[in-house]
Amino acid sequence: MLLQQLVNGLTLGSVYALIALGYTMVYGILELINFAHGEIYMLGAYLGIILMVFFTAIGLTSYSLPLSLILTFFLSIIFCASYGFTMEKIAYKPLRKAPRLSPLISAIGVSIFLQNYVMLTQGATDKVFPHLFETSTITFMSVSMTYLQFFIILTSAIVMVFLRLFVRKTKIGKAMRAVAQDKIMASLVGINIDTVISVTFIIGSGLAAIAGLMVAMYYGLVNYYIGYVAGIKAFTAAVLGGIGSIRGAMLGGLLLGLVESLGASYISSEYKDAYAFIILVLILLMKPGGLFGKAELEKV
Amino acid sequence: MARLNWKRFKDERKNMNTVPGEKKKEKFFGIKPLVVALWFALLFLPFNGLRAAIILFAVLLISIIFFKFLFSYKKIVIEGLQTFHNKIRATGLFSAPSVHIIRSLSIIFLFILPFITTDYLIDVAILAGIYIILALGLNIIVGFAGLLNLGFVAFYAIGAYSYAIMNTKFGLDFWSALPFSIGLTTVSGFFLAIPALRLRGDYLAIVTLGFGEIVRLILNNWDSVTMGPNGIPGIAPPVIMSVSLGKLSYYYCFVLSLVILTVFVTRRVYSSRIGRAWVAIREDEIASSAMGINTTMYKLYSFAFGAFWAGLAGALFAGKMQFVSPESFTFMESVLIVSMVILGGLGSIPGVILGATILVILPEILREVQLYRMLALGGGLVLLMIFRPQGLLGGKGVSLRG
Repeated sequence: MLLQQLVNGLTLGSVYALIALGYTMVYGILELINFAHGEIYMLGAYLGIILMVFFTAIGLTSYSLPLSLILTFFLSIIFCASYGFTMEKIAYKPLRKAPRLSPLISAIGVSIFLQNYVMLTQGATDKVFPHLFETSTITFMSVSMTYLQFFIILTSAIVMVFLRLFVRKTKIGKAMRAVAQDKIMASLVGINIDTVISVTFIIGSGLAAIAGLMVAMYYGLVNYYIGYVAGIKAFTAAVLGGIGSIRGAMLGGLLLGLVESLGASYISSEYKDAYAFIILVLILLMKPGGLFGKAELEKV
Repeated sequence: MARLNWKRFKDERKNMNTVPGEKKKEKFFGIKPLVVALWFALLFLPFNGLRAAIILFAVLLISIIFFKFLFSYKKIVIEGLQTFHNKIRATGLFSAPSVHIIRSLSIIFLFILPFITTDYLIDVAILAGIYIILALGLNIIVGFAGLLNLGFVAFYAIGAYSYAIMNTKFGLDFWSALPFSIGLTTVSGFFLAIPALRLRGDYLAIVTLGFGEIVRLILNNWDSVTMGPNGIPGIAPPVIMSVSLGKLSYYYCFVLSLVILTVFVTRRVYSSRIGRAWVAIREDEIASSAMGINTTMYKLYSFAFGAFWAGLAGALFAGKMQFVSPESFTFMESVLIVSMVILGGLGSIPGVILGATILVILPEILREVQLYRMLALGGGLVLLMIFRPQGLLGGKGVSLRG
């Protein structure tokens, strides 16, 4: 029972971690809580369903299922990255010099817009992921784990390793870290801040798309409001790990997933969604820097 | 080096031969509008389908070119509008009479209103009144003290539910339950603020949002007291001197008088010592604490005082609907109230009244397009932040008299 819940928690947690990475990267660079990030994840889940239905209609899935899955992943990542890029250009870029709360309110506006856009175009009822493959389970010492769960955990791990390499080793990754440290100084040594911010949004949205797709496959059901709750939880994960820290977001996501699945089975499943909020409030009050962040001092 | 100089030379020569207006005209047939329109059409493609995307592409292309065309004649259009405005002014028809006369006339008109219109209009007006009280309450926290609160609906819910429970479970009438429900809301505002105020701007917003969600989850799951998602039916409307206010027009007058009371009190508090301290904190927290203002204390006051009005509005809402359920107190409701304050103008009392009225009445007028209400609200918030962050009636600077 406990091990089973740990596996479930790990699956959930790796999805949270993927979304949390987007929050933490944007916050690290812009000091903006990108409230609409959860909606990108929702768009990713919807895109997965739309593309899969489309591929089934043109007969690609019966021709080759792996090919259509890869195409779905590829296309939804590209689309979500474009949504993230466009969102930044329209809603956040004009507000870069505005007071702190203006971009936050603008982000809430984007979030409501996207939610209602999806509701109007795709309907308010649940969307079902087409049932294309049977998932068999691996059973090991009374713990059963579906291949899908295994796939989710593995994919997240691989993506995170690649992200870490990207941020550590590549030139643009170095530029991202420089901008996160000091924007003015970075621009003085010749880093194009706009490009770095765009790249950040593109990567974050791509990760959210992967998370959304995997959740759509895992639960099989998608609704237009899943982005709000998932967004808040992922934000909690980012804060838990120390916002701005990539390592922290990964760990925070996993921890939150574990807490949620253990709490739901041992304490009360009715208040499942409240755990994240309670953790968020407690972390912000006791250790605002999170696990890996450092406490900020307010500058005059 | 040589290349750079050559480029500059070319630019200068180009600029010498053209006037700025002409340079813009060349751009009409550039590739940019095409790329932009294609980009957005592609973005809309998966969700809207192919046909809608093609239509969108055409519409976007035409409108981008049209607006570019319009903007190149911006000067002429603005001049034309200004002369038109001056001509109207010169007629003298619109020279304003005394503010006091307008104000008293409109208040009298508002009190007569229920006896000359339909029930439907009164219903909308009551709702607008309740939202005005709510928005004025939030304005104290967001507009005066500058603390973004995204969980304001929690206070509203506490006010409504405490009256509902007092009334249906303990049989208290409106007037004996009201002090209790307002008191409970104020105290909860105070206690939320104690931990929350250690946080800075955006974190505070998220924590208040979390508080709102926790309250909603409790209302949804604590079945023995709140009756869960089914809600509490059969709440009695208030009674004044053995006249029940269940009738819409009576209730309207009751709400209207409370709105006037709210406006009066918040205005007085705004121009008092507390109000000035709030504005000082909003403008510069560090400077104001250096001037000897106890910033934590005044922030606590703002939360408690804002919550006070939410409690009143909540009780009024419960008394009007005679039914409460968690569905009325979602995060969207919080966003709606925040939008009212921002649309009207942060910190401006007439602005907030205008904002609340617009956001309640507009969806009623535009019944057919009501589905698009939240879509427009979301897009509107973004546009508002970019083009007019101070709201419709808010001034850029802070004047203590406004």
